[in-house]
Amino acid sequence: MAENVTPRVRVPSEASAGEEITIKTLISHTMESGQRRDGDGELIPRSIINRFVVNFNGENVIDVELAPAISTNPFFEFQATVPESGTFEFTWYDDDGSVYEDAKEVTVS
Amino acid sequence: MKLTRRDTILTAVGAATVAMLPMRAFASTDDAIAEFTGGADVGSEGITLTAPEIAENGNTVPIEVSAPGATEIKVLAAGNPTPEVATFAFGPLAAAQMASTRIRLANSQDVVAVAKMADGSFVQARQEVKVTIGGCGG
Amino acid sequence: MKHYALSAVLGLAAATSALAQEEAQLVINGDLEITTRAPAPDHLDRLSEITSGWVYRSRETQELQADDFDNPGMIFVDDARAAWATAEGAAEQSCQSCHGDPEEMAGVRPVYPKWNEDAGEVRTLAMQVNDCRETRMEAEPWGYTSGDMVNMEALMASVSRGMPINVAIDGPVAETLAKGEELYYTRFGQLELSCANCHEDNYDNNIRSDHLSQGQINGFPVYRLKNARLNATHSRFRGCVRDTRAETFSAGSPEFVALELYVASRGNGLSVEGPSVRN
Repeated sequence: MAENVTPRVRVPSEASAGEEITIKTLISHTMESGQRRDGDGELIPRSIINRFVVNFNGENVIDVELAPAISTNPFFEFQATVPESGTFEFTWYDDDGSVYEDAKEVTVS
Repeated sequence: MKLTRRDTILTAVGAATVAMLPMRAFASTDDAIAEFTGGADVGSEGITLTAPEIAENGNTVPIEVSAPGATEIKVLAAGNPTPEVATFAFGPLAAAQMASTRIRLANSQDVVAVAKMADGSFVQARQEVKVTIGGCGG
Repeated sequence: MKHYALSAVLGLAAATSALAQEEAQLVINGDLEITTRAPAPDHLDRLSEITSGWVYRSRETQELQADDFDNPGMIFVDDARAAWATAEGAAEQSCQSCHGDPEEMAGVRPVYPKWNEDAGEVRTLAMQVNDCRETRMEAEPWGYTSGDMVNMEALMASVSRGMPINVAIDGPVAETLAKGEELYYTRFGQLELSCANCHEDNYDNNIRSDHLSQGQINGFPVYRLKNARLNATHSRFRGCVRDTRAETFSAGSPEFVALELYVASRGNGLSVEGPSVRN
């Protein structure tokens, strides 16, 4: 697992049924591109988060395929519909096989 | 890893090499678009790509893509060593077919967004982003 | 769209010229007003107004600092919060053991560097953190510009954001302050440039495509888009001196401590901004 990988998400804790909400996510990750060389001139191997998926109660919101051109500490902002109370599930997939997860509950009033 | 001065020079050499080979980069961008569209005609209405005209640093360039009714949006950086940036696939609970992120650009170049619409058609938007190279090394 | 929504907050119209950006106001999280322009302090008679480096950045970079979620520097503040509460060293003490919550430290960042009577020296915040680690915690000191140290400085800055920089310039610091001022106006390197040549004589001008600021340090530590991590004040000093093609002083050296005191004092009246976002 890459070092010090911490996911952060911002989701409103309450919404009305069918409300469209803005979600922001940020995860600390170097996103080593595979293009850089170290002090000895050797290529530093690529090591990135290559996929990011958001589901709500098991149904998909967004599924992102990431290339090395995504900046260090990947940030995403997008819109989701909240049909009922439930849980947003966030999953980041690392090249090294690691999976990072976060979840946020939303209550529909 | 800490970038030494030598790394910086090597990076600069790499960037210069890329700059001297624009045709190769453009070709691979065209290839990537063709692979995404299957060679279909690509329109230009109904998709918005928002990026700064001038980016203060190519390492972190904020962009936003929006294509109402799209099922997927692919973002490409035509002047990068590899043009792929990201592909956004929107599920049934996406309230809008839009997304913002931050990307790396090796130098001044066109950023391209191609959307696959629900009816199977494709639209594309393109914007040039100038990447400034600072006068100060530090 | 985030950019347009924030434009209203930043007071930006459709105009995108550099001048328009310089009229923008920084409000963090919608309610924390940051003073990015202030009358120059009395001891700084060569400037009439002092300005935060934020003013000189592009709209896109400015916006990254207007919301803590958009500011990647806040990742490292969170890391430091964890370190703050973690006991280390033979004394089995954490920062929290003596100081309570990090918020108890509000008001500390604005007055550093400051005189330490017991030690008989001017201390930077980093020096004080290491004194705590060695004396109180009986732990190993952190490297002066190490990740742990700069993260902790970012935490200390974040709990004082919006408070005016208020470094003491009278009394026992006078000698150090004078040394710092002398360094500020000394030309270094093959390019024979002093701090003042760029940051006093030429701020708001471009050096190639870099828009020169006044070199204020109220925003430190700084998350730079260039290296995508937090950067310490002394790392910036080293970079500047290196760019004059000179051998630089070391981070934590008496020269840079004196320079930090003097440069900090030039920003008396600007808000603490750290962790700020710059290019």
